[in-house]
Amino acid sequence: MEILLSLVIGVLTACGVYLLLRAQTFPVVLGLTLLSYAVNLFLFASGRLVEGRPPIIVAGQTGYADPLPQALVLTAIVIGFAMTAFVIMLALKARAELGTDEVDGQAEGRTEAEGEGR
Amino acid sequence: MTLTLVVLLPFLGAAAVAWGSRLGRSSAILLALLVVLMPVILVLSLLDPLAAGETRIERFAWLPAAGLNIAFRLDGLGLLFAGLILGIGALVILYARYYLAAEDNLGRLYAYLLLFMGAMLGVVLSENLIQMLMFWELTSLTSFLLIGYWRQREDARTGARMALAVTGAGGLALLGGILLLGRMTGSYDLSVVLASGDLIRAHPLYVPTLLLILLGIFTKSAQFPFHFWLPHAMAAPTPVSSYLHSATMVKAGVFLLARLFPALAGTWEWNHLVAGFGMLTLLTGAVIALFQHDLKGLLAYSTISHLGLITVLFGIGTPLAAVAGIFHIINHATFKAGLFMAAGIIDHETGTRDMRRINGLWKAMPYTGTLAMVAASAMAGVPLFNGFLSKEMFFGEAVGVANAMALGWLLPVAATIAGAFAVAYSLRFVHDVFFNGEPIDLPKHPHEPPRWMRVPVEILVVICLLVGILPALTVEPILHLAVSAVLQGPPPVHDLAIWHGFSPAVLMSILALGGGVLLYAVRQPLYRWWDSQGGRLDFRRGYERLLQALLTLAGSVTAWLDTGSLPRLLRLFVSTALVLGVAGWLGSGSPVTGPLNVLPLDAVSLAVGLALGLAAIATLIWHRQRYLALVLVGAVGLMVALIFVMFSAPDLALTQLSVEVVTVILLLLALYFLPQTTPVEPPSPRRWRDALLAVLAGLGMSLLTWAILTRPYASIAGFFLENSVPGGGGTNVVNVILVDFRGFDTLGEITVLALAGLAIFALLEQLRLTSPTADGLGRPWHWDRHPIIVSSLVRLLLPLALLVAVFILLRGHNLPGGGFIAGLITAIALIMQYLANGVAWTHERLPDKMHPSIGLGLLLATLTGLASLLFGHPFLTTTFGHVHWPLVGEFELASAMVFDLGVWLVVVGSTLLILIHLGLMHDATTARDSGAQRSSGTSSPGRGR
Repeated sequence: MEILLSLVIGVLTACGVYLLLRAQTFPVVLGLTLLSYAVNLFLFASGRLVEGRPPIIVAGQTGYADPLPQALVLTAIVIGFAMTAFVIMLALKARAELGTDEVDGQAEGRTEAEGEGR
Repeated sequence: MTLTLVVLLPFLGAAAVAWGSRLGRSSAILLALLVVLMPVILVLSLLDPLAAGETRIERFAWLPAAGLNIAFRLDGLGLLFAGLILGIGALVILYARYYLAAEDNLGRLYAYLLLFMGAMLGVVLSENLIQMLMFWELTSLTSFLLIGYWRQREDARTGARMALAVTGAGGLALLGGILLLGRMTGSYDLSVVLASGDLIRAHPLYVPTLLLILLGIFTKSAQFPFHFWLPHAMAAPTPVSSYLHSATMVKAGVFLLARLFPALAGTWEWNHLVAGFGMLTLLTGAVIALFQHDLKGLLAYSTISHLGLITVLFGIGTPLAAVAGIFHIINHATFKAGLFMAAGIIDHETGTRDMRRINGLWKAMPYTGTLAMVAASAMAGVPLFNGFLSKEMFFGEAVGVANAMALGWLLPVAATIAGAFAVAYSLRFVHDVFFNGEPIDLPKHPHEPPRWMRVPVEILVVICLLVGILPALTVEPILHLAVSAVLQGPPPVHDLAIWHGFSPAVLMSILALGGGVLLYAVRQPLYRWWDSQGGRLDFRRGYERLLQALLTLAGSVTAWLDTGSLPRLLRLFVSTALVLGVAGWLGSGSPVTGPLNVLPLDAVSLAVGLALGLAAIATLIWHRQRYLALVLVGAVGLMVALIFVMFSAPDLALTQLSVEVVTVILLLLALYFLPQTTPVEPPSPRRWRDALLAVLAGLGMSLLTWAILTRPYASIAGFFLENSVPGGGGTNVVNVILVDFRGFDTLGEITVLALAGLAIFALLEQLRLTSPTADGLGRPWHWDRHPIIVSSLVRLLLPLALLVAVFILLRGHNLPGGGFIAGLITAIALIMQYLANGVAWTHERLPDKMHPSIGLGLLLATLTGLASLLFGHPFLTTTFGHVHWPLVGEFELASAMVFDLGVWLVVVGSTLLILIHLGLMHDATTARDSGAQRSSGTSSPGRGR
């Protein structure tokens, strides 16, 4: 089971990173979303995998899933939404002001060439 | 409290004066003097116990966990300096009123002066060393404002920047020294540090500590080779120079020398470093001063020289030398403040400060001339003036060193030479300006200044004379107190008298006087010689080259890192993370797989995992078709929720599920304004590089997760699980952590959420977007705007959905649910109405402003936290844990619920604020585009039906 989750997190990260490195705003937002899933799952996994024992106290039961990573991830999910919303609004703003959805306000090749030429 | 007020009042007063100066110059000066008077009265009220030898210390808890207190201290040394700062400050305020031209903003100058005064008082009255350092840095900052007061002038800006750079860098070194001191003694309290002199001097870290602290002191007190900033600071208005370079700013350095004297002095390193650099400064300053043609330049280098003298005295390190050092601090402050003010009067009256042009002023202003003569005599060390007494003591101490140290004979020689130059430049100040022929081409016709402009100089000159003639009656009591504080013990036997009988010191004085007159007599050839040297001792160029090199380095690093390209920065970020991660793992040498047993794999999990991975990869493949990609991302999110269900995290699953819905709606709304497809990238090595980077990152995360999952760990979860019911009164531990154990975190998180919502609202306010009427293939965007079945069904669903939200909110403390989830469900229920019925229709029926909801939510959550303060417990503590069941059980439950209600309000408010306003824009643009088709929002439900 653990190896499956590890692979899932890896695939999410890889897809997220690749999309994050694209030059248009929308793929970057998609990449950010995928990366958030990966990070949330990773944080959650730091509490190890426990099946069928949610951290809800029941008399007589011992051994629960670790509630702390869950609490952290819960707020992280909500904050992640706020962040996604903010980024997409910035993208809209850039689109309105610059008339393009390139993340650098222009085609990436040009910026790169200028940047590396410096 | 009294001492604290002494330090705080000038800061508060600065704001009052800045504001009050609108009422005119007179009210500005009255207010400013009043602000100075109040601390004076407060200090006077503390005088009696102080005279009895008591040190007053006031403490307030600051960071008690780190052993840090806000603490103020008043002893003899602090009293002396507070007196200088307040007394000369008051005179400078009076003087500035007449000095400053009508077009200059007097209120701003006064405000800066008072801020500076507060900072200086903070330095000399601090008990805690870290706190002292903060005030120390504040003096650097405020002196920057003061030196750059005439901000339209380039030399003022350069001078201010230079002073800030040099003293600021020194402050950084001083911080290091203080931290080391704190480490050695275990405390930042001055009382402790002063009492641990032996421990500090024997410590292996003594030398680095001393070097760092001396760096701070030398830069502040303009000691060689850092002296170059001081002459450039002369670009300040003369009242400012008069204040900064006589009694305050530069004296902060020698103050610290005196303050830390018991803790650091008495070693070989101290003697040689402090006395050595002091001697160099004494000589360089005195020599260069003679060659300055600028009136203030002469005084600036003379100040450097006198600071060197004081430094030498503390470097000599005998108790008597300390007495002389403190005495000279007082004397220098009085005569130098008076001289600067006299220079300001001359500048004010003649319109220039060039001594080659100002000559023969005696005829025009004999009164100012007399005042300047007295002060200059004190500076030269002529008998009957205060400067003579301390200089004589200095000569005596220098002779003492000659026998005690190797190369000690250098000191009396240097002292005599510097003394001769001091006499020469003082002579120049008087003779060149007031006699020496006729004035040459002055911009103004000079005459005596206004009455009240002379008063501050008169007061200072009278003090010079009184102390010079009757030292035992005037200065002895305060000197006694200050020296006791410096030495942390009774002062040595000393006799402040004009005549002690013949001694080597008297001989040196005579030599200096005669030599000075001689030097001045041959000044013309000397000037020519100096000018032919072309300023070889100019350290400014070195400073500028260093600064330029630093700026170039910083600029090139920034330019290399940030080319303004986001993908480039992200690539750099991911690569760095990878390199660091791999390096860390290789360094640890531990295997990837840990000892923990793994759970067995089942078919359903495998299927979900496969589907998730495929959906993610499909998103990647089809990401150019943005709607498809969005649907796929939604699918990924839902399966992530399933993972949470599988591994015992029902709260997370619920949250993920509801967030997924709002995220997809949000992205859908946004996509309306963005291109529907992403253009195909031209094939380039960059794509392969990105792909490689992505695969490596994924691989790294997989390995890391695997390594973590197969290792046992010690968790603090036990505490939460055990205390959730008895301490927090809820069985859903995750929720209890959110609203109780880590409630403060949650408060911070909902604040972030609220801020994001408001920021997005602000972004959208200004936004003008053009909306397309058809998609990429030319199909119109909608045939049926609000299908009737959807809108009817969704209206029916609303009460049901809200009921579910309330249920989830209420049960959250004991079963999966809570404010976050309930808030998201509520938001979705309402957004469904907007989607199905149109924004305008819904807008009419629902409160359209979400800001109050956000504000109310934050307020509720904060008030719940504050309520616990009323019960005498820390912020956000539940009172429950401290009282017994069953009565207070209900009480606790209520308090946590109120907090959760706050969370709920913020989540609903922020989410709706974001989505509705994006939706409104959607509506607005369609309304604009379709023009007459839709008169107002109300027509849309009609069409829907």
